[in-house]
Amino acid sequence: MTETKINDIEQEEITLNIGPQHPSTHGVLRFVVSLKGETVTKVEPHCGYIHRGIEKMCETMTYQQIIHLTDRFDYLSAHINNAAVCLAVENALEVEVPERVKVIRTIMDELTRIASHQLWWCSFGMDLGGQTCYFYGLRDREKILDIFEETTGGRLIQSYNTPGGLMADLHPNFQKRVKEFITYFRKIIPEYDDLLTGNIIMMERAIGMGILTKEQAISYGVTGPSGRASGFACDVRKRHPYHAYDKVTFNEIIRHEGDTYARYLNRMDEMRESMNIIEQLIDNIPEGDYAVKMKPIIKLPEGEYYQRVEAARGEFGVYIISKGEKYPYRMKFRSSSFSNLSAIDAMVSGNKIADLIAIGGSLDYVIPDIDR
Amino acid sequence: MSFIYDFTGFNQWADTALRQACSPFWAVFWEVLIVGIVFLLFYAVVGLYLVLAERKVCAFIQNRVGPNRVGPYGFFQTIADFIKLMMKEIIPIRKADKFLFNLAPYIVIVINFLALAAIPFAKGLHAIDLNIGIFYILAVSSMGVIGVMLAGWSSNSKYSMIGAMRSGAQIISYELSVGLSLIAICVLAGSLQLSVIVERQSDLWFIFKGHLPAVIAFIIYLIAGTAETNRGPFDLAEAESELTAGYHTEYSGIKFAFFYLAEYINMFIVASIAATLFFGGWMPLHFPGMDGFNHVMDFIPPVFWYLGKTAFLVLVIMWFKWTFPRLRIDQILHLEWKFLLPISLVNILVMAFFVLMGWYFGL
Repeated sequence: MTETKINDIEQEEITLNIGPQHPSTHGVLRFVVSLKGETVTKVEPHCGYIHRGIEKMCETMTYQQIIHLTDRFDYLSAHINNAAVCLAVENALEVEVPERVKVIRTIMDELTRIASHQLWWCSFGMDLGGQTCYFYGLRDREKILDIFEETTGGRLIQSYNTPGGLMADLHPNFQKRVKEFITYFRKIIPEYDDLLTGNIIMMERAIGMGILTKEQAISYGVTGPSGRASGFACDVRKRHPYHAYDKVTFNEIIRHEGDTYARYLNRMDEMRESMNIIEQLIDNIPEGDYAVKMKPIIKLPEGEYYQRVEAARGEFGVYIISKGEKYPYRMKFRSSSFSNLSAIDAMVSGNKIADLIAIGGSLDYVIPDIDR
Repeated sequence: MSFIYDFTGFNQWADTALRQACSPFWAVFWEVLIVGIVFLLFYAVVGLYLVLAERKVCAFIQNRVGPNRVGPYGFFQTIADFIKLMMKEIIPIRKADKFLFNLAPYIVIVINFLALAAIPFAKGLHAIDLNIGIFYILAVSSMGVIGVMLAGWSSNSKYSMIGAMRSGAQIISYELSVGLSLIAICVLAGSLQLSVIVERQSDLWFIFKGHLPAVIAFIIYLIAGTAETNRGPFDLAEAESELTAGYHTEYSGIKFAFFYLAEYINMFIVASIAATLFFGGWMPLHFPGMDGFNHVMDFIPPVFWYLGKTAFLVLVIMWFKWTFPRLRIDQILHLEWKFLLPISLVNILVMAFFVLMGWYFGL
């Protein structure tokens, strides 16, 4: 009699709402977590708390205006998102942008990627409970934001791209400051490793946790550093080169463990790889115009267009259906965070609550990118 | 000014003066009252200034400035914070167990007081000098978990409850290591009375005297003590990024402040005990045979020795917190039951053997 009662108590699951307001969901995301003691049996992400209907808004906006909305998806890779729309429009109009534009866009993309991964490193450290990481990462990210501010006028969201090229030319200091930053950051990255990468507690918590197999990664559409940690070779920069990525040599960073630690190391290596790319280009920015002359009102020819780019979190896709008007008929964005988040249940189930936070941190989702 | 080196005479003078002035009952009454008020003030000052110290230390570690607006170098920041917290509304929690909910912070605070009472701050400067001092401190500090568990249970919130359960599992486990590592030192000292333990270190501190086993005991005590205060890499009960604020999620205003202060006083107590047992408490640094050096060290008043050692250990505990990421609940128990506990058990045997054979330094 008593034994069955004890079993009843053990069987009982509690449902815990993590979010919408919670320190480690990085925004307004809600996880409905079923718990057996501390062990997570099921995670249900509920998104949509900051859905702004951007895709619908795009249908009443010109292509130049749409650029400014794309900043607001994944605000940490704002520049890359801008470039995706510009590339889609340019390809649809069959406009060839000058080499200078391509190179500058590449450098800016990579700087954005470094800045984004720096902030990810900050918040991942926070998620694990190491709060000092946050300030170290932000200290270095400021330097990139200063570079952005000087050239584009914006720090977080730049809107520097426009169909046909760039809004303005580079600031004269740009090359000097980027080189300074790279020499500085190459010295600083070992500090990151000292603080977190080699830390025994961090390794205990990350190695073998939240394993995502290659098959799962492909079926959930997990891309970016997270997907590549599972052995899914999905780097758009390599597979479908755009900008000046076909002119530079860089490694596609792939690991096969598929655990939190692999995702962590992938991002750390990507920062180093991005610096290699910038170093190859920064001295070779071709002279020329920073934009081609475009008509003030852009009308895409009737048809469907798709452009994918490698954002900091994974593949970012822009899908445009045009009926030949100045507004798109329908616009759809493929955001990486949304697909990455969908895999969280497969990774977390059976682990502890603390792992949910750590695995979520290693996926590096940005909530406005999920909700759009 | 000689009383700053030895409070015994001062205490006796105060006692006889009171006993001459009034009946024995009232003399004891006034003594208890005065000591109580002094402790209350001490508690508040230490608590508030440890909060400030932590903010400054963490700011230093994190490339920041820290509080610097209220008073010079933010000296009055935490006092301003405390006044703010006192004036804040206490939000009543629906369906909470009101009695236990209100009781929990007081239990935590009272237990802190009880532990503080047994700590020798200087020669003759302690509230009570029990002959089972260490045992008393262990017994009292293990009761702190009751407050935490009550807070978590009565809040009627899942975050609080998970935090409290974690805290229960963690504190009960780490009690063992704390106790066993202190027993190793008691073996060396041959006494449980704190004043005697301090006296025995007059030639050499125990961490030097007991060399290897004492150092191992110290490291285990530091880890387990940090875990017992729910701080540093062991702050699972609060686990900001997981459980928002753990067991005190639902508390607001002054009741939250009680928990917050208690955490810092706990840290202070842990550091005090470590300083007393391993670094000689208020005993100045002495080396056998170096009379000149010992004599110079004696000029520094014992209170400063005590405070300096405690401050250093508090700094180390803060340093942990701002450097390491947090452990997971199963890892934390794994660490205790599979590593610290066996090591400390063996360590006691080693220490006993060393003491039997007389293989320790000093006399």
